[in-house]
Amino acid sequence: MNIFMLLEMAADAMPDRIAITSGDESLTYGDLLVAARGAAALAIEHGASRLAYLDVNGLAAPVALFGAALAGIPYVPINYRLTAPEIAALLERVTPALLVCDGQSVPNGIVAIAPAAFLARARAGGGEDLIAPDEDRGIAVELFTSGTTGVPKAAILRHDNLLAYILGTVEFMGADEGDAAIVTVPPYHIAGISAVLSSVYAGRRMVQLPNFDPAAWLDLVRRHGISNAFLVPTMLQRIVEHLDAGARVADLPALRALAYGGGKMPLPVIEKAMAQFPGVDFTNAYGLTETSSTICLLDPESHRAAMASDDPAVRRRLGSVGRPLPTIELVIRDEDGRELGPGEAGLVFVRGDQVAGEYHGLGSQTDRDGWFPTRDRGWVDDEGYLFLDGRADDVIVRGGENISPGEIEDVLSSHPAVSECAVVAVPDAEWGEGVGAAVVLAVGQAVEAGELQALVRGRLRSSRVPQAIRFVDALPYNETGKLLRRVIREEFAA
Amino acid sequence: MATQYKAGVKLKSAVCDTQIMVLRVPAEPLDIRIGGAPALAGDEAGTGAALDPALAGGSLTGKRYTDAQETMEFLCTKGGEGTITVAGYDIGIKQAKALPSSD
Repeated sequence: MNIFMLLEMAADAMPDRIAITSGDESLTYGDLLVAARGAAALAIEHGASRLAYLDVNGLAAPVALFGAALAGIPYVPINYRLTAPEIAALLERVTPALLVCDGQSVPNGIVAIAPAAFLARARAGGGEDLIAPDEDRGIAVELFTSGTTGVPKAAILRHDNLLAYILGTVEFMGADEGDAAIVTVPPYHIAGISAVLSSVYAGRRMVQLPNFDPAAWLDLVRRHGISNAFLVPTMLQRIVEHLDAGARVADLPALRALAYGGGKMPLPVIEKAMAQFPGVDFTNAYGLTETSSTICLLDPESHRAAMASDDPAVRRRLGSVGRPLPTIELVIRDEDGRELGPGEAGLVFVRGDQVAGEYHGLGSQTDRDGWFPTRDRGWVDDEGYLFLDGRADDVIVRGGENISPGEIEDVLSSHPAVSECAVVAVPDAEWGEGVGAAVVLAVGQAVEAGELQALVRGRLRSSRVPQAIRFVDALPYNETGKLLRRVIREEFAA
Repeated sequence: MATQYKAGVKLKSAVCDTQIMVLRVPAEPLDIRIGGAPALAGDEAGTGAALDPALAGGSLTGKRYTDAQETMEFLCTKGGEGTITVAGYDIGIKQAKALPSSD
């Protein structure tokens, strides 16, 4: 199987429909097919083993994705925000490659071409006779993980995995001709890949916003009559704050659906967003790079039901990531691998055709029966809604007792003076690790550390009380909204 | 003629424009037909068969076709006039719950 088929089907069924808009430029599905063929021919001509992409989102990104597929080589989008030495180290790992980038000095084995030149060459044609290779288990995409815990790993996504996800979740030409999705996630993020594949198969025009800013996002959504959007939580938070400052609801009549994911959504943000976007369908999507994007969904009906309910068990589902896709199996296991029941917290395992779960040099991480350890902690309620409880790596081990940061963060966040907080392990001579909390105060508010400690002591066990509380101006996030707990731990340890 | 297929194989109709890709099959030989004529592999030439008017219900691009027990599944990559059939099975369009877009 080959993901190139998705573009062939779209270009055959709707050649003149606009596929993608970036700035003043657009490509139809027919144009995109021609350009992808040209890109494949160019990659083959250069003897590339990979087609890499190092730039902000642009028309060249989807052209490179499908071009690589037709050439039978992996597409490797690289994080342009990394430092020059970090980028150089990643490039060494992808040679020989054709690299789409602007003004980067490159190691031996890499042929660099500027995005504009690449797009022009690709659109000029070529590769008309190429047939997308169908080899078993061919690799479509390699994504370097964000490396928040060490050297970035190269996650492998095979054509079969990505096609299983798209065919299982997207209706071919399911979008109306006037629909449009705004793409704000960067091309090196799994959501950036799935946005291209889903939109092409659904026939939904993509409008790229290369550099996110709340005002620019609102402007673009209004001007292009955007119907669908995906945001990481920090982006939605900034939009909510931007609207708050203007004291108004969003005036975006065409916007119908807003999906979010990629990190934990603070409850006050989603509650406020639902009030600011009253007619909009909200969907929470939970997924990992290793699972080819979304594996669980909190759908619009569940959002509305939770908001309207007085039943705490229903109401709290607004903080869940919903239920597994029909094509995904999910279980919770304890540290010894024993399967747990509803309400019992443990480690989240998933299984399904879209689950890739492998890295270069490390092989498959799935067990004998195909279960992949997400390394996320969580539990499911009686109706199968999944509640996440942080990464397994973030658990604080205090004198042999496992403490999950999430439950303490929930208590601290309930204090009106606390805008945001993060709980991490801090070195402790007696217990090995202790509990530390970094707290961002709400504007114009103040609270003593002792009051917050008393709050936690009153609601949880004494072992959960933060022994160290630091008041900070902001928490460190990466550009896709992932909280950098490592940075906070280092600040406590310093 | 029954053949043992595997996932990923592409087949085309001998009598119309229909093309399909095998997504899932049971471990047994299948007699897959489109418009009444045996489906052809990608490089196979047609035998001059004609579309059976009784099997001209058509196939739709992007629809997945499956049997009642969902033991097999085919993706129609190009629609045509012929009906997709498998001897011994009742093949129809897979009814899947529409999911909200999450990308």
